[in-house]
Amino acid sequence: MNFNDYLLHFLFGVYPYIVLTVFVVGCWIRYDHEQYTWKTDSTMLLSKRYMVLASNLFHVGILSIFLGHFAGLVLPHAFWIALGVSDMAHQWLAIVAGSVFGTMCLIGGAILWLRRVFNPRIRAASRYMDNAILSMLLFTLLLGMSTLPVSIGHANHDNPGVMIALSAWVQSVLTLNPQPGLLAGVEPIFRAHMFFGMTILLLFPFSRLVHALTAPFSYLTRAYQIVRTKRRVRSA
Amino acid sequence: MKIRAQFAMVFNLDKCIGCHTCSVTCKNVWTNRKGVEYAWFNNVESKPGIGYPKNWEDQDKWKGGWEKINGKLELKAGGRLKKIIQIFANPDMPQIDDYYEPFTYDYARLQNAPLSEAAPTARPVSQITGDKMDKITWGPNWEDDLAGEFAARSKDKNFSNMEKEMFKQFENTFHMYLPRICNHCINPACVASCPSGAMYKREEDGIVLADQDRCRGWRMCISGCPYKKVFFNWESSKAEKCIGCYPRIESGLPTVCSESCVGRIRYNGIILYDADRLLDAASTDNPEDLYEQHVGLFVDPYDPAIIEQAIKDGVPQSWIDAAQKSPIYKMAVEWKIAFPLHPEFRTLPMIWYVPPLSPVQSQIDQKNLPTESDGVIPKAEAMRLPVKYLANLFTAGKTEYIVTALNRLIAMRSYMRSINVEGKADLRPLDAAGITEQTAKDMYRYLAIANYEDRFVIPTSHEEIRLDDYYGFQGQNGFTFGNDSSTGVTRNSLFPERRRETVESRELPPMAKRRD
Repeated sequence: MNFNDYLLHFLFGVYPYIVLTVFVVGCWIRYDHEQYTWKTDSTMLLSKRYMVLASNLFHVGILSIFLGHFAGLVLPHAFWIALGVSDMAHQWLAIVAGSVFGTMCLIGGAILWLRRVFNPRIRAASRYMDNAILSMLLFTLLLGMSTLPVSIGHANHDNPGVMIALSAWVQSVLTLNPQPGLLAGVEPIFRAHMFFGMTILLLFPFSRLVHALTAPFSYLTRAYQIVRTKRRVRSA
Repeated sequence: MKIRAQFAMVFNLDKCIGCHTCSVTCKNVWTNRKGVEYAWFNNVESKPGIGYPKNWEDQDKWKGGWEKINGKLELKAGGRLKKIIQIFANPDMPQIDDYYEPFTYDYARLQNAPLSEAAPTARPVSQITGDKMDKITWGPNWEDDLAGEFAARSKDKNFSNMEKEMFKQFENTFHMYLPRICNHCINPACVASCPSGAMYKREEDGIVLADQDRCRGWRMCISGCPYKKVFFNWESSKAEKCIGCYPRIESGLPTVCSESCVGRIRYNGIILYDADRLLDAASTDNPEDLYEQHVGLFVDPYDPAIIEQAIKDGVPQSWIDAAQKSPIYKMAVEWKIAFPLHPEFRTLPMIWYVPPLSPVQSQIDQKNLPTESDGVIPKAEAMRLPVKYLANLFTAGKTEYIVTALNRLIAMRSYMRSINVEGKADLRPLDAAGITEQTAKDMYRYLAIANYEDRFVIPTSHEEIRLDDYYGFQGQNGFTFGNDSSTGVTRNSLFPERRRETVESRELPPMAKRRD
């Protein structure tokens, strides 16, 4: 086994499980023991300028991208075939949606990044991880968008092979039967994007991104007023 | 009917001298931390003025509180779905400059500066960035004692429906202080606005709190509160607000702002209300009727049927006793001299205000003001403070209530003056104002003398009902690290939880041998 094979095996056969374990256990421990730190860390109070535009672009973009990745990679191939979506239609859909939401996210994220770096108040209130995670997200997004020309090239040749390979790899990891070999023939830009994407998941529990996991959908169905009674405390 | 007890306060504005002792005590106790340097759970505003944060009363701008849409009570900023859609960036969120950029001074410079011709100066330093600030352009009390030009101050929302130009002239200027804290509303808009359910009202005493563990910093409460009394801690990204000094209240002590008030203007007490009717009261069609509906929510603590229901609903007997002796009930319900701040926000606020009289002695001496029958105390309508302005503050614009209250306050003074100056009680002003001699004497006792035990009637909380073994709970919240003092809300814990209560024998040790 040469070094490249070994690296491929480690990054796409072992690393995903390190990432998933840290993600799940990390989030669980933090939710369990550090509720107080589970928050958005909003800086809107310090500067509202551009926030409504940038934050909406960024969040709508990134959430749509996440849903797109889930739909395209995690849902089984047979599901799309059953829906009547051909592989080429699937690939073009991914390219268009990725371009639109990727651009939204990029514009919003860039404004947020500039604001974080150049607004003195926000800079003073930023923690190291706030800067790091936003930069990581933007870098990964740029890598992801750099795959678009490659994908368009494949699509123009009616070749959905790479897309199918990527999807098969994700499913192989999720079914505990990792097949890093599937990625051997895939362009390096995809692999770079995937590595940084996984690293974001690795950092997720240690960053402000955790607030996404407690999106307050229950607000839609709850009564407006909340009254709490002091809990009765029983002796041990 | 469901009876709940509410911890409430009355501020007697007639005696507020604007010394800010309340603000400073509160600041030193609760908000002298990073992230809330700009936050004043208690502040005192000079009125007329735009206040803190700027123009907080203008709900066309801030969208705080409730409004009635199509016959239904709804948050002014929009319902649940709109809130979720706007969650990435709350468009109604105030910015720190709407309060002020918190600052300190470079005091060390005064001692460190090298020898020089000119005296060294301590420049202002931003408490956010740590950078020197060129110029301070706004502060927590920028308009103190009517500072600044009239044009800026007159943006005050309470001038609506008033001919305000005449108050520009020096001779017609008027001024009052308005101390403000969280109103611990019966229908709080902050609680209703909170997407994560972190804000809540305590069943036992009605104090409104922000759960620091559950708060995620979605910041809807900040704009949802029409009084702008929920603050965003920019360091911790959590909502923080006046906690009604609940650790003190639970022990029967007044809040620190009340305790330290040198003018004795603050009254703390319990009032009982019917929780089943609160939504009807808050949904009244005409805003001018909201004050009356609000008073109608309060129930008579002497009524045996009410007492029976209150006990059934879990109100302890000592709290019913306190409700009977409550200075709040006397002023708000019996004498009708106290009013809620901006009832038109429909949150049913529970900090009430006795309106100020502002007599003008020199004007009276020159016989320029129409007076009551005693020829000394001026008529309420002739006071320097326009009644309409007070009505815009306290009764959604309806002046009758304010005039009645001012007349009662004047009548009490007139009556007491007749006793102390003329040596003979003059009952005419009392009859005109529609109060009895006993009421006038009680008002004098509560408003003028304002003894400590009359101002503060605070029953202790009943922890012994809540705790099986209250001795075993001793010493549990000491010097600890992490989230230790929180009882939390997570049911399934990843790690074994610390057992909080020690087990101790409840059997008393045998007595020492008696020595004869």
